[in-house]
Amino acid sequence: MATLQNQVEPQKTRGIATLLRGRAKKPGILPGFGLSLGFTVTYLSLIVLIPLSAVFLKAATLNWAQFWSIIAAPRVVASYKLTYGVSFAGAAIDAIFGFIIAWVLARYDFPGKRIADALVDLPFALPTAVAGIALTSLYAPNGWLGRYLEPIGIHAVFTPLGIIIALTFIGLPFVVRSVQPVIEDLGGDVEEAAASLGANGWQTFTRIIFPAVFPALLTGFTLAFARALGEYGSVVFISGNMPMRTEITSLLIVSKLEQFDIPGATAIASVMLVSSFTLLLVINGLQARMRRTGEKV
Amino acid sequence: MSIEVRNITKRFGAFTAVDDVSLQVGGGELLALLGPSGSGKTTLLRMIAGLEFPDSGSILLNQEDATKHDAARRRVGFVFQHYALFRHMTIFENVAFGLRVRPRNLRLSKNDIRDKVMQLLALVQLEKHEKHFPNQLSGGQRQRIALARALAVEPTLLLLDEPFGALDAKVRKELRRWLRRLHDEIHIASVFVTHDQEEALEVADRVAVMNQGKLEQIGTPQEVYDNPANAFVYNFLGNVNLFHGRVDRGRVRISTMDSESQEASPALDRSTLGYARPYEINISRESGGAATVHARLVHIYGVGPKVKLELQDIETEAMIEAEIERTQFVELELKQGDEVYVSPSNLRRFVEDYSI
Repeated sequence: MATLQNQVEPQKTRGIATLLRGRAKKPGILPGFGLSLGFTVTYLSLIVLIPLSAVFLKAATLNWAQFWSIIAAPRVVASYKLTYGVSFAGAAIDAIFGFIIAWVLARYDFPGKRIADALVDLPFALPTAVAGIALTSLYAPNGWLGRYLEPIGIHAVFTPLGIIIALTFIGLPFVVRSVQPVIEDLGGDVEEAAASLGANGWQTFTRIIFPAVFPALLTGFTLAFARALGEYGSVVFISGNMPMRTEITSLLIVSKLEQFDIPGATAIASVMLVSSFTLLLVINGLQARMRRTGEKV
Repeated sequence: MSIEVRNITKRFGAFTAVDDVSLQVGGGELLALLGPSGSGKTTLLRMIAGLEFPDSGSILLNQEDATKHDAARRRVGFVFQHYALFRHMTIFENVAFGLRVRPRNLRLSKNDIRDKVMQLLALVQLEKHEKHFPNQLSGGQRQRIALARALAVEPTLLLLDEPFGALDAKVRKELRRWLRRLHDEIHIASVFVTHDQEEALEVADRVAVMNQGKLEQIGTPQEVYDNPANAFVYNFLGNVNLFHGRVDRGRVRISTMDSESQEASPALDRSTLGYARPYEINISRESGGAATVHARLVHIYGVGPKVKLELQDIETEAMIEAEIERTQFVELELKQGDEVYVSPSNLRRFVEDYSI
């Protein structure tokens, strides 16, 4: 049996001293952990935490019975279901097509690639109301696309389908921009290794490429989903805002505000906040578990 | 178990990466493809693996034409320079991959796969790491896993692309000796690419020297080192001193050295180059007449069993590198700035493609 001397063992244990101190993850070269943490906390408080806690403070002016009757009203519950449903659908569609777009942009060279690459970011830049109006006029029964969809029984405006279309548009760049760098980074040699080991194209995709890209895809999906939950501008035009059918939660909140029912608006907002936050926390936890094993070799 | 490459040519645009190369690897031989970067050695290896396809020529695996077969069909193990391990899989799963993707009717049972993978991990001495992920291993360990993974599918041929290129000098040396012993144990025809002549000469049964897409010479390490086919091979295989000179009417004049030409056809005043390795340079205090070069000792590197000297030809100002035994160095009482007489014990001249 061949032997190998002096082999280099990987560093398995990080010093206990570092664990006990537990401040920075690793003692780094750059000082200023205290300063940067202080800045982070202050900034997050001013920009995120204080405005959000104001929501809960306002909502707390209601008593429990009032609060419950607002958040559990049938019209409001219907809006939760719709909002989460269409957001999930939109983000899922984005995950599929965003993956394909990212793949093509990362892997192939073709004329006009730069333009296609720039187009992906357009939903970020376009005012959402403009997107909403454009999509509505496209898909309306007399619009460029709607006139062909209507005769075959597909009603794309003033239906949940319309909302999904708008949310897909809004969420696409999140998926593409999360996945694209990971695919670029993947390198051709792992695919070649798989092929030389006898794997066919499908096996290479399902066992090698997809698992490697999945954490990034989940990130993109989460971002698109979170964005869709709070989307307002592009949806209000295409949804038609019919109570119980195509009314999203953010629209309900806005209409309550317009009636100066601020406690009512904040009550619904707090429900959305807590549920979204829980959901994102769960997805992030999932990702952290996958990341641990999927670090760069 | 043999490969034959016949007149293979590969072009990338206007660049010819591999130019009409033919070679054979048989039995349990370990062949090194040696050449500078850009010489086409990796491209040739990738074509043998089926990761790249030639523009012309053919590749035979076990006497069977495999030129158009893809990598999955050729049953050729490939080890990549940067390991190309699957980073989301454990070491065990990495090695098992080739066994798991087999068609269902050829696939081993779960237990057999486990036994086989553990056997391979024992072979590369990493069985303790089966549950680890590639990023928890050092470079040398990763490369051994890549090797175990390639061996799992029982390839008829093993190809290694600069397998030790990304490792540091010490690990590199250990690993290449280990590879040699492993090769003697499993005896599978192997081709490895390297740009390190020391590595090629030490490990391989035969060395194929490539330059600019062409195969310059192929032979045992001893053959290519002692009888290089041309100036390129000679140059590439070790440190070398260059002497510029002229050939005229049967006389060769290099620096102050004057000798009779052995050439069959006496040429008229043509420039020539003489080559000698540093250890082939003799140094003496006395002039040997027309057989020596008068030189000044410019620098002495005295670390190690041999002493390296840097000399300058007084007439042509060309630098000459010499390597002498420490005892001789002491005997000659050499000091920086001394004037000495230098003569190459074995001055080689290459004219075009033949040596004299």
